Amino acid sequence: MTKLLYYPGCTLKADAQHFEESAMCALKELGFELQELERWNCCGTVFSLATDNTMFHLAPLRNLLRTREEGGDKLFTLCSMCYNTLKRANKLFNEDPEKNDKVRKAMYEEAIAYDGKTQTLHLLSLLRDEVGFDTLKNKIGKGLNGIKLAPYYGCMLLRPDGLGVDNMEHPRVFEDLIRAMGAEAADFPFRAECCGSYQTAQQPEIVAERTRLIIGSARKCGADAVAVSCPLCAFNLDQRQAIAARLHSDFELMPVLYITECLCLALGIEFKEPWKAFHYAPVDAVIRKMEKKA
Amino acid sequence: MKGSPIKKIGVLICHCGKNIAGTLDIPELIRGAAALPDVAFAGDYKYMCSQPGQELLKEKIKEFGLNSVVVAACTPNLHEPTFRKAAAEAGLNPYCVEMANIREQCAWVHQNNGHSATEKALQIIAMMVKKVAQNSPLFEASIPIVKRALIIGGGIAGMQAALDIADAGYEAILVEREPSIGGHMAQLSETFPTLDCAQCILTPKMVSIGSHPRIRLLAYSEVRGLEGYVGNFKVKIERKSSGVDWDKCTGCGICMEKCPTKVPGEFDRGLGKRKAIYTPFPQAVPNKPVIDKANCLYYKKGVCRICEKNCEARAINFQQEPQIIEEDVGAIVVATGYDLYSTENLGEYGAGEIPDVIDSLAFERLLSASGPTSGEVRRPSDGKIPKSVVFIHCAGSRDPEKHKPYCSRICCMYSTKQALLYKHAVHGGQPYLFYIDIRSGGKNYEEFVERAQSEGVIYTRGKVGRVYQEGDKVIVQGVDTLLGKPMKIEADMVVLAMAMQPQLTTPELRRILKITTDIHGFWTEAHPKMNPLGTTTRGIYLAGCGQAPRDIPDTVSQASGAAGKVIGLFSQNELPLDPMTVYVEEDLCAGCGLCVAACSYEARSLDPQKRIVLVNAALCQGCGACMIACPNGATIHKNFSRKQILNMVDVLT
Amino acid sequence: MIAWEMIYMLKEKGGLSYNTKMEIETMDIKSEFAERISEISGANLFKCYQCGKCSAGCPMAESMDILPNQIVRLAQLGQWDEIQNSNTPWICAACLACSVRCPRGIQIAEAIEAVRQICLRNRNSERRLGLSDEQIKELPPIAIISAYRKIAE
Repeated sequence: MTKLLYYPGCTLKADAQHFEESAMCALKELGFELQELERWNCCGTVFSLATDNTMFHLAPLRNLLRTREEGGDKLFTLCSMCYNTLKRANKLFNEDPEKNDKVRKAMYEEAIAYDGKTQTLHLLSLLRDEVGFDTLKNKIGKGLNGIKLAPYYGCMLLRPDGLGVDNMEHPRVFEDLIRAMGAEAADFPFRAECCGSYQTAQQPEIVAERTRLIIGSARKCGADAVAVSCPLCAFNLDQRQAIAARLHSDFELMPVLYITECLCLALGIEFKEPWKAFHYAPVDAVIRKMEKKA
Repeated sequence: MKGSPIKKIGVLICHCGKNIAGTLDIPELIRGAAALPDVAFAGDYKYMCSQPGQELLKEKIKEFGLNSVVVAACTPNLHEPTFRKAAAEAGLNPYCVEMANIREQCAWVHQNNGHSATEKALQIIAMMVKKVAQNSPLFEASIPIVKRALIIGGGIAGMQAALDIADAGYEAILVEREPSIGGHMAQLSETFPTLDCAQCILTPKMVSIGSHPRIRLLAYSEVRGLEGYVGNFKVKIERKSSGVDWDKCTGCGICMEKCPTKVPGEFDRGLGKRKAIYTPFPQAVPNKPVIDKANCLYYKKGVCRICEKNCEARAINFQQEPQIIEEDVGAIVVATGYDLYSTENLGEYGAGEIPDVIDSLAFERLLSASGPTSGEVRRPSDGKIPKSVVFIHCAGSRDPEKHKPYCSRICCMYSTKQALLYKHAVHGGQPYLFYIDIRSGGKNYEEFVERAQSEGVIYTRGKVGRVYQEGDKVIVQGVDTLLGKPMKIEADMVVLAMAMQPQLTTPELRRILKITTDIHGFWTEAHPKMNPLGTTTRGIYLAGCGQAPRDIPDTVSQASGAAGKVIGLFSQNELPLDPMTVYVEEDLCAGCGLCVAACSYEARSLDPQKRIVLVNAALCQGCGACMIACPNGATIHKNFSRKQILNMVDVLT
Repeated sequence: MIAWEMIYMLKEKGGLSYNTKMEIETMDIKSEFAERISEISGANLFKCYQCGKCSAGCPMAESMDILPNQIVRLAQLGQWDEIQNSNTPWICAACLACSVRCPRGIQIAEAIEAVRQICLRNRNSERRLGLSDEQIKELPPIAIISAYRKIAE
């Protein structure tokens, strides 16, 4: 068992508990144990784009510091937004001497000084670079053969350029993972089109419209379900289907699954009953189909 | 001063309109210059390079009996030859004229600080006065010229240069990497703004090349080595192994007919098929096939040999080896041309993976009567006739952040042409163009754009953000910046006007030719304005898109210009050499050879008997690297001795 | 194809009515807003050549009253009122598609963040999320926190 220091972030302890649980189950099967950071705080969810908002970077950096305190140099995340915020904050810390100085001064009460050496590791990178898709494929075998999944990257896994898990305009990692699970990856043009993100709090109708387009695109590609790795994308693409359906009588619901839920099914791990309650669009049918395959 | 005659130095200060006089205090400079040692005269003029300016220079040389002159003006790159020539006309040795650069190195860079700039200019002038005081008169030697030219690249640029040189009575060797000459122009359908057929105007020229008594065409060949200097180059050319003995081959084409292997053809940008033994297109010159060894069954598996069995001329030679030939030439024209930036680089436009999103050269093939669809516009995915086609300008151009910062210059016009031709070819078809700016500077170009607009080509000002496939449509997500509205088009096909870039083999050729390229890999001209056809090496000239993107009329003009340079060179029997070179003080030379290694021009060699270094004055460019390398101070630059340099430095200390 | 709608229009305070075409007086053309935005965002808006690629790829453009490229233009001309009255900064989801695709490397999402910051820091935009208990219960923490961080005082 390889231990991974793990940063859950706020939503995985609330609305995305099934993301965390399914990840733990699947990774255990692959020889990884998630060891939650003893002390962690909210990363702030979004990376501040203003150059003069240095204080906003303290929250993510503190989590990176905790990792060092606990003797780690890698911090594993599941949530795309946490991944983005932690990684960008660290880059800023290492590459902007002025910000580095300010942040250090602000963290004077910490037991040790942060050295900028915590790497943020996302689930997709772990599976690609450390497990390897060939190994995964061999382990899974036929897996989800006959299932077509639409890989939804969203924004924060890919942008800005050079910080994401893969080529920004032409990513492959999600598709490769889906294929390693034995499933077919839909050639899904909306895979990196924003779901509307935080606008869901203020402008749910606009987000529902995005959801309709993205889900519609996945449907046109013949996908059985959309696979995601961000709790905000998941909420917008799944829960906001309610509004989309209300506004458009012809809108058909489509299941939205975390990639880890799919991975569990591919590995032959039982899809736990309580997970279903977190979903809006019914998942029973697709899960039955996937279970049968795996 | 070693008993040399008394120095009478003249200083002439140029205003360069306001370029210099607008910043520097000219009267102050005259006062300062006049007070310098050995200066017999100091004066000024508004434009020293003009005829009256030059006359003034001559007048003052005679009036004051000047034996050295400093012209304080612009960079010597621009007008040193002008003033040296004028001085020579007044009887002064031209190498006793120096320029003090008070424009680029002073007035232009210190525009907001006139007072200090004037002080600096005076120091620059004083330095050159010190230097010129120890200049010696120099005399030009001369070398014979081989009156045969090498042209690298058989596109329209290389063809035009070869024809002009050959028609002027000199021999030309035309080297083309591909099996046929013709270049990209042979792929084009019709040409803007006249819409004459590219093949119709190109193929007669190709035939003339093939049959010209003074042109030696080496197709399927590449330059592998170059030695020598202007008038006396030695070039190594590889004739690649084609698997066919071209001397025996009659060009009957039966081999291509019988060959069982079909692969996507490069000439048709992968939209059509060719055989494994092939000529790129039916009008190829020479009309002799080559075998594609990567795909030929014999080369791959040792079987088949159908071409060999069917060849009555017994021309198939699977064992044919590449051959290196050596030629002496006096001048070279580099016409290596362009390639398109790959669509794979544009992830937001499908990264080359959407079958109905193609580059503009591929669309030329769809429009061409000799193309894979015989001129019917049919899209690659399903062969359907597209009812709407979107043309995206600046695909990779004008994008310093991710792609190419430059404007590829011809895309506005050819996209307009392609849209118009498509509209003519497909009844009821709708072309849309997304542009940022329409650049139609050229004779009858704007009129051509007007014609396309009036015939209903829809121009949308705005760049496309994304292109993706949805069902059998290609969705183009753009913007109309004039309306301020996002815009979405469900198109049947998309044509990307990809950025032009130099041929990918340019770096290798650069190493061989020892001439320079810019950061994008385009050949660098000797001077962007005053010598756009030359390179940093005398005797090597540029033509075509290898230097920068340009259209056919400009390419042909430039090629004729380069040919003119070659013809001008060949019209002389001997070539004067620049005497601004180095010599070796034999008594001081220890024969260590450090300078031989330091020389970039292979101008130095070690005399094994005398154990001293010899300088080939024809190759020496006077760069001075040897002078730095020499530990004994045995290498001396004529008119740039250590003493002169130190004297100049002394002025500043 | 698309209904013509004036783009340079002033939205009157307190109503949705539009008045006539905006006139830009020379006096108004000051670069200070562009410079202020540049200070906060690090984006040099004067590099913009109005290709519109930001707007073409913007997933939220359809809901915006002024497109991102127009925001940049207005900022260049110092037309702050126009920008301030626009819904665009408050519709932007900071997905960065504009920034990463800009041919001239202008960080447009960052610039729009700066616009939001200027408004929010002035504390006169009266931007409150005002979420009901029901909404707070419905929304995941990630949505609430990010919305507060981006678009509320």
